[in-house]
Amino acid sequence: MTKKIYTKKEWMKTLAGLKSSYNIFVPVSDGDFHIFKAMDDKENPDFNFKNTRLSPKSVIYPQSERLFEFTLDENAPDANIIKQAEKDYFPQAIVGIRPCDAHAFQIVRPNFDNPEYQDPWWIQRYESTTFVGLGCNNPDSTCFCTSVGGGPFSEKGLDALLYDLGDTFLVKALTDKGEKFLKLAQGGKKPDKTALKASEELAASASDKIKNKVSTDKLKHKVQTELFEAPFWDEVAFACINCGTCTYLCPTCWCFDMQDEVFKKQGDRIRNWDSCMFPLFTLHGSGHNPRARKVQRVRQRFMHKLKYYVDKYDNGVQCSGCGRCIKNCPVNIDIRKVCELMNS
Amino acid sequence: MERLLKNPYLPYPVRIDKIITETEDRNLKTFRFVFLDSEDEKKFSYIPGQFAELSIAGKGESPIGIASSPTEKGHVTFTVNKVGLVTTHLHNMKEGDVMGIRGPLGNWYPWQEMEGKNVVIIGGGFAFTTLRSSIVYMLHPDNRARFKDISVVYGARNPGMLLYKDELAEWEQRDDINMHITVDGTDDPDWKYNTGFVPTITEQKITSADDAIAIVCGPPIMIKFTQPVLEKVGFSPERIILSLEMRMKCGIGMCGRCNIGHKFVCKDGPVFSLAQLRNMPPEY
Repeated sequence: MTKKIYTKKEWMKTLAGLKSSYNIFVPVSDGDFHIFKAMDDKENPDFNFKNTRLSPKSVIYPQSERLFEFTLDENAPDANIIKQAEKDYFPQAIVGIRPCDAHAFQIVRPNFDNPEYQDPWWIQRYESTTFVGLGCNNPDSTCFCTSVGGGPFSEKGLDALLYDLGDTFLVKALTDKGEKFLKLAQGGKKPDKTALKASEELAASASDKIKNKVSTDKLKHKVQTELFEAPFWDEVAFACINCGTCTYLCPTCWCFDMQDEVFKKQGDRIRNWDSCMFPLFTLHGSGHNPRARKVQRVRQRFMHKLKYYVDKYDNGVQCSGCGRCIKNCPVNIDIRKVCELMNS
Repeated sequence: MERLLKNPYLPYPVRIDKIITETEDRNLKTFRFVFLDSEDEKKFSYIPGQFAELSIAGKGESPIGIASSPTEKGHVTFTVNKVGLVTTHLHNMKEGDVMGIRGPLGNWYPWQEMEGKNVVIIGGGFAFTTLRSSIVYMLHPDNRARFKDISVVYGARNPGMLLYKDELAEWEQRDDINMHITVDGTDDPDWKYNTGFVPTITEQKITSADDAIAIVCGPPIMIKFTQPVLEKVGFSPERIILSLEMRMKCGIGMCGRCNIGHKFVCKDGPVFSLAQLRNMPPEY
């Protein structure tokens, strides 16, 4: 596997040079936070961040996406016939994605790509994307990736991994996609032994900086219906205001809605992110609602992530430990505590 | 990518061939659709119990059980209750209009297990649609010999609210199906069938569970009171089959709203046995 080392200044130039081969998404500073944006002449990458406020989920799975188009003009021969919208799957690269967020795409993948059904938009955008991760030298206080199958330098779901060695970035290719990316990347030198050793030490010491430990070992063996009726749900949900922030920020939340939008005689069928926190999500036409009460919706969110997903795929929990929902919850609901309750 | 050639969200274009107003309150209409491309009809190969998304450009989609039987060629039918945005719009459409159908979706009644057995069908109100599909399918000359006795209990609020009245009358005349039609109440002096709620009529008419499977479809209150009646006669929970409804969007297990525990009503259902449901969270 190819390894290259760049000075940080040189790396910025190299990224700019890759723009003809990829649409490149990078972390940029945006007010008090960082956020992933398409790199252009105005946006300068800034790799000095703990994690971005939003994960780059939308690069693969846009918050709002046009799926189909149609005309309602009765004079048109194809009036009322729903047709696929043209899509551009030009290669793209997410550079600087944290390992937890890359792992999240692996967690989400079986929902959109399984033997029975394949979501053409998610899959094609996923497959046209090269994931270039940035290891976490200083994980955040809410990080718990090491409890859920990840780690600050985990290579899961990544095509290449960046090590921040102070004045330089060491880049390691991990897959064929990553090799191709590094081949196209201009400049860089072969790292010497000192740099290689530094990168290994960095990765080894970072895991120990994550102090949060969350137990998930017993979740698989719990009886679903018993956990569903557990006595703690009222207390867990008590403070929740159903704002949906947790689902919106979560890199592993994938629920969506489909809506038709019409302007004059032309229309689109659009997919939007949706949230299990909203009562409308499950409201029947008849007025019946299986999750009409707040406690039912809060339970759904945690049961989905920590039990239903576990039972369905037998591949760990539906959480990559990024900590965004903990950090941003206005009433301090903490998935680590809920997980402990469910696991105990 | 070859595996992505078939987009599971893309509806087949269809034309409304015929519209029948089923009930006296005019809230239930049956729509018969013909595929614009006859090749699509072959692709839309379904089994009784499945559903599809009725797709109207500019309005959206609505999941509806398939009321026709695969033995009826050349068209596919759905009986639709006027409830929300899509179904209200559909009720205002006319014969010849073009729209879409996406499917078939979901699982089906357990035909393999039902083969060689007595079949008891219990339906209430407008949930009789996939049951109609099943009855037409079983009564087809190619299939009738595959099943033993077929008994049907079907109830509505009053005679005017029964679906498929002509077919019900025709089935009443046949000797290879036992029909027990009932209404909750009526002031019609000429009403010649039963009067009483579905669970009561079931208790009177279905007296044996020997070698039998029961399919139950109806409003929650009917299901709730029919279950104990069937269990009392001797139907084990494995042999009581139910079809559920849920709010849906994608119909293929991806959008996340129709789950009961880790099962999706759209993909793992809508058909579940009572035994399966008892092992799932009671959230439906």
